[in-house]
Amino acid sequence: MSTYFTEDHEWIAVDGDVGTVGITKYAAEQLGDVVFVEVPEAGVSFGKGDDMAVVESVKAASDVYAPVGGEVTEGNGDLADAPETVNEDPQGKGWFCKIKLSDKGELDGLMDAAAYQSFCEGL
Amino acid sequence: MAWTVLLWKAPNLAEMSTETLKRTPLYDLHVAHGGKMVPFAGYEMPVQFEGVKPEHLWTRESAGLFDVSHMGPCFLFLKEGLGQDGAHDKIAALMERLVPSNIAILKPGQGRLSVLLNEAGGILDDLIITRMPGEGLDGMLYIVVNGAVKAEDWAHIERELGDEAALQKADDRILMALQGPKAEAVLSEHFPEAADLKFMRCAYLQRGDEKIMLSRSGYTGEDGFELLLPNNPYGLGIVESLLADERVKPIGLGARDSLRLEAGLCLYGHDMDTTRDPVEADLGWVIQKSRRERADFPGAERILSAFKDGPAETRVGIQPLERAPAREGTEIELNGERVGVVTSGGFGPSVDRPIAMGYVRADLAIPGTQIDLMVRGKARPAEVCDLPFVQPNYKR
Repeated sequence: MSTYFTEDHEWIAVDGDVGTVGITKYAAEQLGDVVFVEVPEAGVSFGKGDDMAVVESVKAASDVYAPVGGEVTEGNGDLADAPETVNEDPQGKGWFCKIKLSDKGELDGLMDAAAYQSFCEGL
Repeated sequence: MAWTVLLWKAPNLAEMSTETLKRTPLYDLHVAHGGKMVPFAGYEMPVQFEGVKPEHLWTRESAGLFDVSHMGPCFLFLKEGLGQDGAHDKIAALMERLVPSNIAILKPGQGRLSVLLNEAGGILDDLIITRMPGEGLDGMLYIVVNGAVKAEDWAHIERELGDEAALQKADDRILMALQGPKAEAVLSEHFPEAADLKFMRCAYLQRGDEKIMLSRSGYTGEDGFELLLPNNPYGLGIVESLLADERVKPIGLGARDSLRLEAGLCLYGHDMDTTRDPVEADLGWVIQKSRRERADFPGAERILSAFKDGPAETRVGIQPLERAPAREGTEIELNGERVGVVTSGGFGPSVDRPIAMGYVRADLAIPGTQIDLMVRGKARPAEVCDLPFVQPNYKR
């Protein structure tokens, strides 16, 4: 399983042709206390870069973009009652949804963990 | 994800792009305390230090220090006759041409909230007007207007009153607020006079050559104070020693907004503007009976008929019934028909749920009325509620 990162601070952990998507620890820290998350429902399709989810902190509402195109197979329903999970474990239990990738070639443009870390250090 | 920081929109982006942002005298202190600086009202201001939620909760349980030097403190005084008999009545009569509140009745050191009105009765700004304490200062008012519109406000006041009164701007000084249940204990160690002040009362202090305006007021719903300090080592020293107190933490604009929203207080340019009159903004209480009877303020015809017949829309508290916050601009519907709009909305850390305020059709402005908030195209249930969301702790 490989994990990829976007410049918009999403991560996607790919296993076969299904990827689990969330926002990075850096993003969660920047947002501050998350109070609401709207995740997509199973069956919805997105193109790469489409608005896919919304995360609201005390501060503001932010859109989360689909890191790759595909069809949602599962949304993380646990976040509805426990949005703080996104702060506590952003790259684990705080995942947003799982996507069946329509084109694995779209992963080529994304960063690996080391590249993403140096990208964040440059911000 | 998109870094939409909705709350911190500069009031005039076109102007911002060509003009250098100003810095308040406390800029270096904010950076030293880890403040995240953003453009706000033409200044670089701290939006947060450790985080909106912890700062918000700290203010409600201890004491928070806010830099509000971007706002518009000023002194308005008679060009002739300052300190003489009847001087207050004269300056009050001038100011009452621009605002609908009874200024003449203010006692020395007493302040009150009012609104600056245009000829149509629309709200140009909200402001605090205080009669200077001390007999020698009769004929002078201490006025604080909003930062985003201070240039326009001051030009308006000078244009209307400039023949008889002079306006001295004081926005080159330090204006700070100390808010929270421990504010009195902390501030009394520097200024024992603080403990004697009641809500909306002001003292004019002198320490050697230094002059300080100390008011018991604020924008959080908590007990607290606002201080106008000189922009020099003395003034900075006061702020630094307050921040060194373990009961005090610096608070950014983010928590300032969530605190005032929980307290049901309006933000100019959002919850009211020139399209709204004081009655529909639910600020009719700033117009005392004597002024209603005299009907001698700008836009009196519209405003008095709004009192008599009721406004078309009115400002209310809104309680979302689900967890999704409804932000400014969210449309309010009832059975698919648009009946209003959210003007401030977010999450209230002390009440631990989403909260909002906005305008609804006047017949719906009854607590408990069910409405829909159209959040990202989905109708989310909510109900009209009383303001504030958190009971104030003012020391009256």
